Amino acid sequence: MRESVVHIHPAGPLLALVGNPNCGKTALFNRLTGSRQKVANYAGVTVERKEGRLKTAAGKLLRVLDLPGTYSLYPRSPDERVTVDVLAGRAQGEKRPDLIVCVLDATNLRRNLRLFLSVQRQGLPCVVALNMADLAQRRGIVVDTEKLGALLGVPVIRTVATDGEGIDDLRALLDEPERWRQGSVPPEGEDTARINHILKELGLDTLQGELPSDKVDRFVLHPVLGPILLAVLLFFLFQAVFAWAEAPMGWIEAGTAWLGEQAGALLPEGHLRSLVVDGLIAGVGGVLVFLPQILILFFFILILEESGYLPRAAFLLDRLMGSVGLSGRSFIPLLSSFACAIPGIMATRSIANPRDRLVTILIAPLMTCSARLPVYALLIGAFIPRRELWGGIELQGLVLFVLYFAGIISAMAVAWLLKRFTDAGRQVRPLMMELPSYHWPHARNVAIGLLQRAEIFIKRVGGVILALTLLLWVLSTFPGAPEGATGPAIEYSFAGYLGRGLATIFEPIGFNWQISLALVPGMAAREIAVSALGTVYSLSATGDEAAQALTPLIASTWGLPTAFSLLAWFVFAPQCLSTIAAVKRETGGYKIPAIMLGYLFALAYAASWLTFHISRWLLT
Amino acid sequence: MSAVLSVPTLAQAAIGQAHRVKALQAPAHAPEWKQMLEELGFVAGEHVAVLARAMPGADPLVVRIGQSTFALRRAEAACVELEHTSTGGLTAAAGTGPAGTGAAHA
Repeated sequence: MRESVVHIHPAGPLLALVGNPNCGKTALFNRLTGSRQKVANYAGVTVERKEGRLKTAAGKLLRVLDLPGTYSLYPRSPDERVTVDVLAGRAQGEKRPDLIVCVLDATNLRRNLRLFLSVQRQGLPCVVALNMADLAQRRGIVVDTEKLGALLGVPVIRTVATDGEGIDDLRALLDEPERWRQGSVPPEGEDTARINHILKELGLDTLQGELPSDKVDRFVLHPVLGPILLAVLLFFLFQAVFAWAEAPMGWIEAGTAWLGEQAGALLPEGHLRSLVVDGLIAGVGGVLVFLPQILILFFFILILEESGYLPRAAFLLDRLMGSVGLSGRSFIPLLSSFACAIPGIMATRSIANPRDRLVTILIAPLMTCSARLPVYALLIGAFIPRRELWGGIELQGLVLFVLYFAGIISAMAVAWLLKRFTDAGRQVRPLMMELPSYHWPHARNVAIGLLQRAEIFIKRVGGVILALTLLLWVLSTFPGAPEGATGPAIEYSFAGYLGRGLATIFEPIGFNWQISLALVPGMAAREIAVSALGTVYSLSATGDEAAQALTPLIASTWGLPTAFSLLAWFVFAPQCLSTIAAVKRETGGYKIPAIMLGYLFALAYAASWLTFHISRWLLT
Repeated sequence: MSAVLSVPTLAQAAIGQAHRVKALQAPAHAPEWKQMLEELGFVAGEHVAVLARAMPGADPLVVRIGQSTFALRRAEAACVELEHTSTGGLTAAAGTGPAGTGAAHA
């Protein structure tokens, strides 16, 4: 891929998996490589470069690439282009594969064979994994693999990636030296006739009758029941994020407190102890505590994705998205953005139309990412009473839902404005989206996906967030208070001056200097704002107050309008640096990230100003 | 609507009625749709049927093409010209499912 800088290729032959989207390629990749895989950066849904290692039956180690799914070798979207470039040996920093494993979905042979023939025409040695063979069989599609192999002129292995069938045969096949030599190349332009012939020979030239999936779809895609189900699912998801995460969050909090005490007892009083306890442990703990919520959210998204529900949701939302100039396809990147805008922005690579892709990138940060949850959780916990409304709905959960909803509504508004007032916005763009059959999510695939996301989040904690928390500690500790100072030490530090400077900008929207100060590191990654508030307050507090947790502290020192205003700010919150970096890389310039930063800042400021003044007027 | 057009297209096909694709005809403003649909399997001779239509405006549609299922907008389905005669019903799909009733004659 373009961002790859390592041009020295590890020794050993390279294998590449190629196939249509939804052919079970990633499941096969997981089977072949197990945990021996490397995902570069953020893993969207196979839009990222996934490499793994595979051991053949004879014990030879091979490198395996999981190429993005594609319908043809005429790329229309950036992730399809990656596949085409790698196959042609044009991809920068990427070795041309030595062998292609073409993964064919046995339930969709006609379409899959078209891709196979064009891959074979690339002149690389090929073998075929006829995947989802069990599903095909259950639908009465029995493919004679011997015959298919003879017709195609390459070996065909029957595989069921989800339960491991055929994997050993595939491993054994890779040990045969003749597989690595190029076979025949099919002639140009006869694909349709050739495929018709193959399907007739195999007795598969039929229309698929009713499937179990169709029965499910009668309900899921029902014009009235379908959208209701979708709304219920999303509402349940957000309630679960709050309710289920409570216990593990308590454990992490207790663990952090314990660690802080231990370290505090070991270290002598002074700057070092303050750095370790107040800066390091409190900072990392304050962010790690949100890992359970993020994992629960990702868990649900992975389940919906694995089961095949996400494209249905896109179908249901197509009219709605169409009304603001997008297609249902934008739904998946936007839903991923609820976890984090970065995988969402990367997932936009699967949107073929450049204009739709750009708009989706621009509004993705308005989806409430999990990094904002810590801020919401803190403010809701401090200002919204714990109360049960009718039907067991929690008031705090309801407020959270409203905040998420505000983000969605403003995203729609921005997209609508872009549709209404730009030329490209008025053109019609196609939907053409596959609805794969439903299947039960596989624990293994969900677990691998969840682990990859947890790793990414923790890496962020370990890197950017830690560095900034420490920087903030330095800013708020030095220079120390002068002799005979009456106020808390932080008022005399660099941070105190910086915060007061910013407070003049933010005062009209109700932020005090502590909040203004916390927003600075919050720009680097929004969840830092919480640990920054912790640092600012625990350092500025004196006496008994220092022992108090942040929640009751802000509940007593901030007014309600300030809290609402800060919540409104975070609905739009100008981007974290990692998101800006991702947008810059995906759009290839500084123009779009600059536009994004500008418009989000303006929106955030306006919304907070309105919220602050309206709520102050209502409350007095 | 179907009376105006001489060639039936997928956009007007009754739910659950199996047809064969005759040809693809992309609109002038989006000529690339022809190739896109071909890649997805909408090629002459392939079996095709409409499974469901979404509620307001019967748009988008759920379409079975050969062994796969796709969501197409109405305008996209209108590119797919069909052979005049239906090749029969899709097994059990012409029944009384909630998605199959109301929208069938839309």
